[in-house]
Amino acid sequence: MHPFVRSNASLIAVGVIGIALLVGLPLALELFTLLRVTLFVIFAILALSLAFIWGYGGILCFGHSAFFGLGAYAYAVSVINVGDSTLPIVIAMALPALLAAALGYFMFYARISDVYVGVITLTVTLIFYNVVNSTAGPQYRIGDVHLGGFNGIPNVPSLNVPFDPNAVLGPQDMFWVCMVALMLVYFGLRMLLRMRFGRVLIAVRENESRVEFLGYDARLHKLIAFSIGGAIAGLAGCLFTAWGGFISPTAFSVVQSAQIIIWLMVGGVGTLIGPMIGAALISWLTASLGSQQTVDANVVLGTVLLAFVLLVPKGIAPIVTDQLMPWFLSMCRSKPSVASVSRKDKT
Amino acid sequence: MFDALNFAVGEMNAAGGLLGREVKVVSFDTQSNMQLYAQYAQEAALKHKVAVVHGGITSASREIIRPVLGKYKTLYFYETPYEGGVCDRNVFADGTTPGHNTEVLVDHAVKTWGKKGYVLAADYNYGQITSEWVKKYAKERGGDVIGTEFFPIDATNFGSTISKIQAAKPDWILTVLVGGGPISFYRQFNAAGLSGKIPIASTTFGAGNEQMVLTPEESNGIVVAYNYLQDIDSLANKEFLTRFRAKFGADYPPVTDLTMSSYIGLLLWAAGVKKAGTIDRDKVIEALESGITVDGPSGKVSIDPQTHHCIFDVHLAKFKDKKTVILNTFPQRKPIDTAMVCDLKKNPRDAKQYVISVK
Amino acid sequence: MDLAILVGIDFVNGVATLALMSIGLAVVFGMMRIINLAHGEFMVMGSYSAAVAYHHNVNIWVAILIVPPIAVAVIGAIIERVIIRRLYGRMVETMLATWGLSLFIVGILTTIFGSHTEGVPAPLSGIKVGNYQTSGYSLFVILMSVVTIVGVYVVLRATRLGLLARGTMQNAEMAAALGVDTSRIYATTFAFGAGLAGLAGGILAPISGVFPSIGGSYIGRAFITVIGGGPAPLVGTVTASAMFGFVNQLATFLSNPVYGEVALLVAAVILIRLLPNGITGRYFRRAL
Repeated sequence: MHPFVRSNASLIAVGVIGIALLVGLPLALELFTLLRVTLFVIFAILALSLAFIWGYGGILCFGHSAFFGLGAYAYAVSVINVGDSTLPIVIAMALPALLAAALGYFMFYARISDVYVGVITLTVTLIFYNVVNSTAGPQYRIGDVHLGGFNGIPNVPSLNVPFDPNAVLGPQDMFWVCMVALMLVYFGLRMLLRMRFGRVLIAVRENESRVEFLGYDARLHKLIAFSIGGAIAGLAGCLFTAWGGFISPTAFSVVQSAQIIIWLMVGGVGTLIGPMIGAALISWLTASLGSQQTVDANVVLGTVLLAFVLLVPKGIAPIVTDQLMPWFLSMCRSKPSVASVSRKDKT
Repeated sequence: MFDALNFAVGEMNAAGGLLGREVKVVSFDTQSNMQLYAQYAQEAALKHKVAVVHGGITSASREIIRPVLGKYKTLYFYETPYEGGVCDRNVFADGTTPGHNTEVLVDHAVKTWGKKGYVLAADYNYGQITSEWVKKYAKERGGDVIGTEFFPIDATNFGSTISKIQAAKPDWILTVLVGGGPISFYRQFNAAGLSGKIPIASTTFGAGNEQMVLTPEESNGIVVAYNYLQDIDSLANKEFLTRFRAKFGADYPPVTDLTMSSYIGLLLWAAGVKKAGTIDRDKVIEALESGITVDGPSGKVSIDPQTHHCIFDVHLAKFKDKKTVILNTFPQRKPIDTAMVCDLKKNPRDAKQYVISVK
Repeated sequence: MDLAILVGIDFVNGVATLALMSIGLAVVFGMMRIINLAHGEFMVMGSYSAAVAYHHNVNIWVAILIVPPIAVAVIGAIIERVIIRRLYGRMVETMLATWGLSLFIVGILTTIFGSHTEGVPAPLSGIKVGNYQTSGYSLFVILMSVVTIVGVYVVLRATRLGLLARGTMQNAEMAAALGVDTSRIYATTFAFGAGLAGLAGGILAPISGVFPSIGGSYIGRAFITVIGGGPAPLVGTVTASAMFGFVNQLATFLSNPVYGEVALLVAAVILIRLLPNGITGRYFRRAL
């Protein structure tokens, strides 16, 4: 096997699975299931954003829904005003990134760390939640958009082909867009983590003062990581709004933040693949719980979170990377080796 | 609501089903999660291919379900009291809107209690719009709203509001509060010794059986107006209650307007299907638009073809010892508010919620 | 003038309520360095136990003052044994576990009681202040808040248990070497904090409605107050509630409850930025 392939085996495996899903799912699933899977994909993007800043940056963000919600609202407001969804996507990523940068400057440069970062981010989310919830009055409009308070903004247009507002994407196109976005985010983050920036960031997570003694600015690294995470969460918010055609203040709620953290705990903090799987699993679980009447959904979710914290603190990622992935790779490996042997025979 | 719907379906199936087929209910618990509303609406329309969807408790959830069902051509019945203005050929709403009950309440308040009113409303669409109607109706009758306050739905501390109300000295208070928080308002209001000193009217009180949690002292004298009250004295209602109690037991909480409108909603749909002779969406809509009427426990309810809202009796009543005493009945009130902006006969392709300008 | 008194009572009441909500959380955080995110649900369980006791014809005062703290302390002790004990010293994991616990409790309460609102009527009638009326019960809440804080002070300062607890928290190994059963001390402290949460829930039951998800609206404020207050449970709680309660009431009075809440949150963010270790991390360091 080529050395590049060997050293990037897991990356390639993820890529292959991703492309297989991208092509295969629309063929295999009926429309309704595809719509649901699209949502899982969007949540996987959201999970990645927190997986990056918490798992690799060591920034404990309890209020990640602030960025998700801000991206969602930014998209909704701008797309209704502009009509074409191209610019709104950019806005939906830029605004949360700016918020994250401002908040990061506020926190990291004051050397606030750990649990207190968690508290501040949580509080900021609560502020957003309260403020947006109180915009039901007719005086709260941005351009043509009435913010709608508790009810949120209904009838938000979906994405369209860039610069062509009339070519609105159908459910299947939407799935492709989300899936491609997910893969771009995943590989982008993997690449970032391999570069010097990523290595320093991980070092900051491990020991902030030691990194500073070596001459790196830990605060700046955290700030940048936080902003990138904010932008990705904003992207997820934007896709979510386009998917459902609505947005309401629950996007800012503490429950939403808790959800993301549960995905990470289930998937495994400190990995990227785990949180994506966690997001899909838990969203699927939540949706299935509502179709039955026997057990309250909260009981199950609470139990899952408790069980993972107490019994499986590393999440399910190690199971995936240590057992499933080698198995998958060995499956792939057997075929190319046959091919190379036969080529030798010919020469 | 869910029980009432199941009850109606059960009765229907016991009587041989609809068009000779059994009616089956597919239900979803949305956990009040907005995104699940969207998911389940898609699931109902695409996977289960249902003939009709009944549900959505808040306006927010309705506005999420409505476009989904419109897109996938599935008939939708919305049964909660709401702010009015939905104008969509695919949607039928049989709940009360401000045009039904708010005018009745304000009229009563201004005529019996005096000119100066104070409005406490939940800070969302329904509260905001209803409080505008209160202002309008009060002005038309020579009264005035001297103060309006909006609260988040989970507000529980009304201390400073009660102080502000006392400083303003209104003749009456009208509450448009929803959710779990309002209980604490009535409780704190009584704890401050104000119950009975400033009378309260409400567009929402009792819809969640608040009177069962509160003591008689806390709830006595609150005036409400609904299409249905459990204490309506009619043969149809008594028979309904006997059947309903037989199924759910005597301890089941009182049947509210909300529960009844779920029951009626299903009856209306069934009447439409019977008339159309099919569950095909377009034919059922046509049948319903021909002016379907059902005689239910709450009296005669008929669909207004112009707005797809309902025409029914409204009863003005006062709470006394956890029960209601009916003061007056206003027969066959029309959805006058929605009718101001919506004419589905002329514009059958309309599919939006109008914000009615209240002037 | 009468109106000023009325408004003054509102202000003090706001502060007292906040202190009452936070004290249980503060004790557990200050003594054990554990942030219990199920604190709000502990309060709700207190409220429900009061409601259940009241509906079984228990005397109203017993139902709100005696039953809730005992019931919730027992539940707290069990939870400590099953869950919290495994996570000592791991702050983030404890927060996540208690978060899971809070979801779990909300679910269980919904299953048992349904999601509609239960309640207990206020046992005191209104009081006249000049031309105005105010709630006698809010004066009682103020009183109970003071009594609770003094009570906690006495327990920590004057009893043998308090002494052992403080010693264990300062240096657990030393305490263990001196023959103190540290794990029992931890368990007792946690149960004590839970009992205080239950008491708060019982006292607040008559004014706020009781429904499973109301804990969410308690925990945010209590959490912020405790973090703002810093490591010393008593002084921290009192100073932080005074500050946040005042800001909250002022903004509520000038505009509406939403901006009251927002003002509180903004004040909290600024405070944590200025004093990352809370008020008592900087001032009153030797206080309790």
